[in-house]
Amino acid sequence: MPRPGGEERMVPRAEFQSYYGRPILKRPRWKAPHMPGYLYLGGLSGAAATMAALADATGRERLSLTGRLTAATAAVAGSALLIAELGRPERFLHMLRVFKPTSPMSVGSWVLAAHGGLTGAAAASAVTGIAPPLGRAAGVGAALTGPVLATYTGVLIADTAVPAWHEGYRHLPLLFAGSALASAGAAAMAFAPPEEAGPARRMAVLGAGLELAAAGTLEHGTGMREHPELISEPYRTGRAGTLLRAARWLTAAGAAGTLVAGRSRTTAVLSGLALTGGALCTRFGVFHAGLVSAEDPRYTVVPQRARRSTGA
Amino acid sequence: MNHRLHGPLTDVAEDAGYADPPERAGFFTDTSVCIGCKACEVACKEWNAIPDDGFALTGMSYDNTGALGASTWRHVAFVEQSKPREVDDGAGSSRWLMASDVCKHCTHAACLDVCPTGALFRTEFATVVVQQDICNGCAYCVSACPYGVIDRREGDGRAWKCTMCYDRLGDGMEPACAKACPTDSIQYGPLDELRERAKERLGDLHDQGVTEARLYGEDENDGVGGDGAFFLLLDEPEVYGLPPDPVVTTRDLTAMWKWAGGAAAALVGCAAVSFLGRR
Repeated sequence: MPRPGGEERMVPRAEFQSYYGRPILKRPRWKAPHMPGYLYLGGLSGAAATMAALADATGRERLSLTGRLTAATAAVAGSALLIAELGRPERFLHMLRVFKPTSPMSVGSWVLAAHGGLTGAAAASAVTGIAPPLGRAAGVGAALTGPVLATYTGVLIADTAVPAWHEGYRHLPLLFAGSALASAGAAAMAFAPPEEAGPARRMAVLGAGLELAAAGTLEHGTGMREHPELISEPYRTGRAGTLLRAARWLTAAGAAGTLVAGRSRTTAVLSGLALTGGALCTRFGVFHAGLVSAEDPRYTVVPQRARRSTGA
Repeated sequence: MNHRLHGPLTDVAEDAGYADPPERAGFFTDTSVCIGCKACEVACKEWNAIPDDGFALTGMSYDNTGALGASTWRHVAFVEQSKPREVDDGAGSSRWLMASDVCKHCTHAACLDVCPTGALFRTEFATVVVQQDICNGCAYCVSACPYGVIDRREGDGRAWKCTMCYDRLGDGMEPACAKACPTDSIQYGPLDELRERAKERLGDLHDQGVTEARLYGEDENDGVGGDGAFFLLLDEPEVYGLPPDPVVTTRDLTAMWKWAGGAAAALVGCAAVSFLGRR
């Protein structure tokens, strides 16, 4: 049945019972823009740190400086969003009182702490000119923490009872990796001189491709075990669907612009803005899909009921 | 790290590091004798000094509590059904189902697994409790619970849920809700004993022709390794607002990290490839 402003519903309305239609799961207490903003900034910082170290190694000083500054700034801003997200922000250091491998948030807190320190040191060294070898070593360290920071967030939201997030555990890390590459490439081609930004442009295009491919599989539930069409439905409909469609167009336009940008700074900046917009829409879309998935008992009951009756 | 993330587990407290723990404590809530009086809700509020959770009327039934939450650790569901009963006892074609819901104190508790601060912990009774001086309100547990039990209290900022009256258990007392229940719908005791008692009760009900009676959460082979608080229900779990087949999310944690590792490698690979070439 076609609905205004939405795609045709591919899943027939499943019959299911519930307690007066009330949700079974709690609505995630994480809020926008904090949570999706952090997902974006963590990815940006992680991929930018990786890019900076590679630029360093290949003698691209301006690109390295841009990467280091981007990585450090995004790490600080992302941490601020995370702290503001807490119910008791003054207790943020409790995140570091234990290390718990079973908690992706514990693992992520330690990675973010290490990454924040390393990117801060690398950026400070680059800006002040103090101890370049130490700055370079910190940059190499951040190139190791960066890829983890950019992708662990997929595990962070997948390790929940929220069906759309949990069943997306194969797709989300790749989606965030691609989106992070596109974000970091976008920032670098906007701020670094065009003659040094060739790798950033290639990174942006590769990242955009990965982001589009991963988003496509997530939105269609490819590879999800049970009721893929139903569980992925929140990614295609409502506000999340709109955001993810916008993400697709912005990312595709940004990638196309990057391909033709060459050394035109204006085209590079515009393409970078489109890619950044796409990455942000991706994160907000994924976030909102999770809220819908948790609040409608259908997404909890129907797949579980089917599992129970098949005895799987 | 040898802690099991899913599957049956007979020594839950030992697995958490207790050398010589007491027997695993549990609730058996037999909803077939619940009269919906909500004494459990009141006793829980009183004993644990829980603030109010609003005074709204739901307008859907005699249940004006709605759901478990940060300030509601027992919730009496009230279901009005007009479908024909399987046993015609002259009571007509409608029935009321009442059930006092509570935290399940899972064998494999997702809330505990994902808690980054260690605020949530396993007690010596194998129950799951939040340490309020540690919780920083990150709300990870809220999204991890497959039953939608734990929540963050607005204005307070921390996560709260049933403690199975941890402060009473240490003194050999039963939890306030079980103490207050006038029909023994809520039974507290060693989990093994409760499981035996529940099987007997289920057999009796089936003998009486109440074929729709079934146990919920008693099976250690289920997705959470069995519940510390389990139920006897008279209809499908979802009718009471319970998930039909919950699975602890951390069951898939290893697979999740593998996919993330692959994605991190892809990120490095794409970045490295981008630096091939001269400009």
